[in-house]
This record gives sequence, C-alpha cells and structure tokens, in this order.
Amino acid sequence: MPKIKMPKSSPSIDMTPMVDLAFLLVTFFMLISQFRAEEAAVIDMPSSVSDLVIPDKDIMMILVDKDDKVFFTVTGQDTRRNVLEKMGEKYKVTFTEEQKKEFSNMSSFGVPIRQLPAYLDAGSPEKKKAIQDQSKGIPLDSVACELCDWVFYSRIGAPKYRVAIKGDQAASYPAIRRVMDILQEKKVNKFNLITNMETGSAE
Amino acid sequence: MAELNTDEGGGGKKKHSKQRAKKSSTRIDMTPMVDLGFLLLTFFILTTTFSKPKAMEINMPVKDKDLTDAEKNKVPAEHTLNMILTKDNVVYWYFGVADPNKPLPALNKSNFSKDGIRKVLIAENNKRHNAFKQIEDWKKEVAAGKLEEADYKEKVKAFRAQYKTSSLIVLLKPDKDAKYKNVVDALDEMAICNIGSYALLEANQVEDMMVANANTYK
Repeated sequence: MPKIKMPKSSPSIDMTPMVDLAFLLVTFFMLISQFRAEEAAVIDMPSSVSDLVIPDKDIMMILVDKDDKVFFTVTGQDTRRNVLEKMGEKYKVTFTEEQKKEFSNMSSFGVPIRQLPAYLDAGSPEKKKAIQDQSKGIPLDSVACELCDWVFYSRIGAPKYRVAIKGDQAASYPAIRRVMDILQEKKVNKFNLITNMETGSAE
Repeated sequence: MAELNTDEGGGGKKKHSKQRAKKSSTRIDMTPMVDLGFLLLTFFILTTTFSKPKAMEINMPVKDKDLTDAEKNKVPAEHTLNMILTKDNVVYWYFGVADPNKPLPALNKSNFSKDGIRKVLIAENNKRHNAFKQIEDWKKEVAAGKLEEADYKEKVKAFRAQYKTSSLIVLLKPDKDAKYKNVVDALDEMAICNIGSYALLEANQVEDMMVANANTYK
C-alpha cells in the first residue's frame, strides 16, 4: 500500500513580524533609557506626592544611607576636579593625575579625604566597596567638618548649582538635621529632598 | 545557504537559450539580526529606569543670629499646631505652646495613615477660612483646565497673604528617634492638606519629656 506522504513543510517560519516588534521595542527602550551611574550607597528613598523633577546636571547631592553614613557628589567633570584640588590643598593631601581623572569620572563617594587616594586607586568595585564599608562616611563633626568644605568649595566652583539631599527612609532625623544645619551654615537655605513618586496607598 | 539557487542544470538547454542572469533568492537569513535585536532589547530593558526620582523643595528660614528668643517665638499660639514626630512612625500633636510653667497641653497620638493626622489637619485648616477646601477647589479647576497654573499660584498667594495672621501654622518637631521617612511624610501631609505655613524645628526638652510621659503611661 502506498503510504500517504505528508508534505514536508519548510522548517523556516516568517520571522518578519517578530523582528519588527523586537526592533520597535529596541528603539523604544533606547530612546527612553537613561543610564544611571552606579552609586556608592544603596538608598531606599521615601515617597512623596511632590512632582518636581530634579535636573540631571548642575546639582550637588548629599546622600545619607540607612546607617547615617554621608556621601557626597557633584556633577560636572571640571567642577569635580577643581573641588578635589582645592580640598587637597586644604587638607594637605596630594592627588596624582590618575586619581584626579578617576575622581572626575566617578559618582558619589563616602570616605574621609585621607582615605580618598586609596579609594581612588582601588580599581575594582569590590575593593572600593571594602574601603567604603570600613569608613564611617564623610566626617561631619564640628571639629573636622569635611562635608562643610566639600559643600563650600563646590559652591565656590559652581554657585548656581542646586543642592539636594537624598536620604534613606531609615536614616535618623538627627543625621539629616546635621546635614541641613551644615547647609545652612554655608548659606544654603533652599534645597531639595529627593523622593520617589508616591504609589497608590496614600490617596 | 540553503536558499542558494541550484536548479541551473539541464545541460542541453544551455546551447539553445541565452545565458540568463542568475536569479538569486530574495530571502536572506535573518537569524543573526534577530539575535542582535533581542540582545539589545534585553540590554535596554534591564538598564532602563522608568521612574525618575522626584524632589520636594524645602526653604529653610535664614538663620539670623540677631534675633532674640522672644522674636523667634512670635507665633500666634491659638493657631499653632505642634507635631512631634517620634519612633515607630508615631505622631503626637497638641495646640499652642508647651510652657513648663503652666499646665502642659495634652498630647494626642496619631500616625501618618489616611485617617491619622491628615484628618486633623484638614479639619483644622477648614476651620480657618475654609482654607483646605478653597485651595482644593482651585486645584480641581487647574486639573480641569479652567484655571491657569500661574493664576492658581497668584490666587493661593493672595489668599494666604489675606489671612496671614489667622491661618493654621504647623510646627514639625521630629525628635531624636524620628526617621527621615517621617519627616518626608510630614512635609508631604503639609502639601496634601494645603497648609501654607509650617516650619521644621526640633523637639525641645519639654516636648521630649511629654513624649516620654506619653510613652510610659499609654
């Protein structure tokens, strides 16, 4: 008996719609995405109903993590370099050209200035994290207020910059208050608190 | 690849017909392109951040060292609501001033939920010139497109200037156990309840004592 031969269908299927869709999505995500620089601190921000969008540039940011460690960052490569040089002069810490370059390219940091050269030389993120974890953040005490100087020199280098505080939900109020007091000492009376957009529950 | 044109054969024909240009298939293998497409897609999906962080602006009063204590405390007591923020997201509130030489005001316990401090604030704000409702109405008009954003701001400003001395004033006083989240929540309540005048201060000793008492005898 003759067997019925099934028509052998071609194994290739038309992928055009799938490709169309894939590229549509690629385009969408390419346009919408913005790369976030890796922060030295993990910060879980509180949420608020405020809808003021913070700018990506011309901003100086003080981060306070859940253990009340303080981090600092300021935007603009030239600004960062200038600030680092001035801080180096003041605290008698010399930075090599590589360290300055590294500093101008990285994001926030939270080590005392004495540890900064070692931090900048660390290279790999793991080593940096190790140094970071050992330090207590940027010193705020009134005797050696390094944060005051970071803010001060950043203000001199870039007077138009906005100042923002990005605190963790669990950061204690006295720590935040101390940061605010430092800002006020430096005549910064207007600043932003960075928050997430409120989602549902509150309304 | 598989689609190469192979039916050229038929030896005899060659002699008769003209040599035709090879008809190559229009199909190309899209697999590598798709691979790349999905690779990029995955990459962008993973790296993208959708919600941009928002910010609330806060204006702190200028620290003027020439002010005397009497001038600093010049806040009408009957319109002053004190909110003491303390641990476990608890808020204690009272009216007026806690003067150690007089009987201390009773503390009311509340929290940041929908039915917590917000109800009190809205009610108190409405008691004074219907302030909450008035501003809320304007906000609705802005949302409906009947009122320009700039006009709205003008109106609110004028409204607040008109009742400057008799509107609700909230003093936010986080104590040493308060978390940053509580402060942001409290500032948020100010925005939600349309409260124009508020200040971020620190709990004083009397208030610390009142909170300690309230925690002991609850």
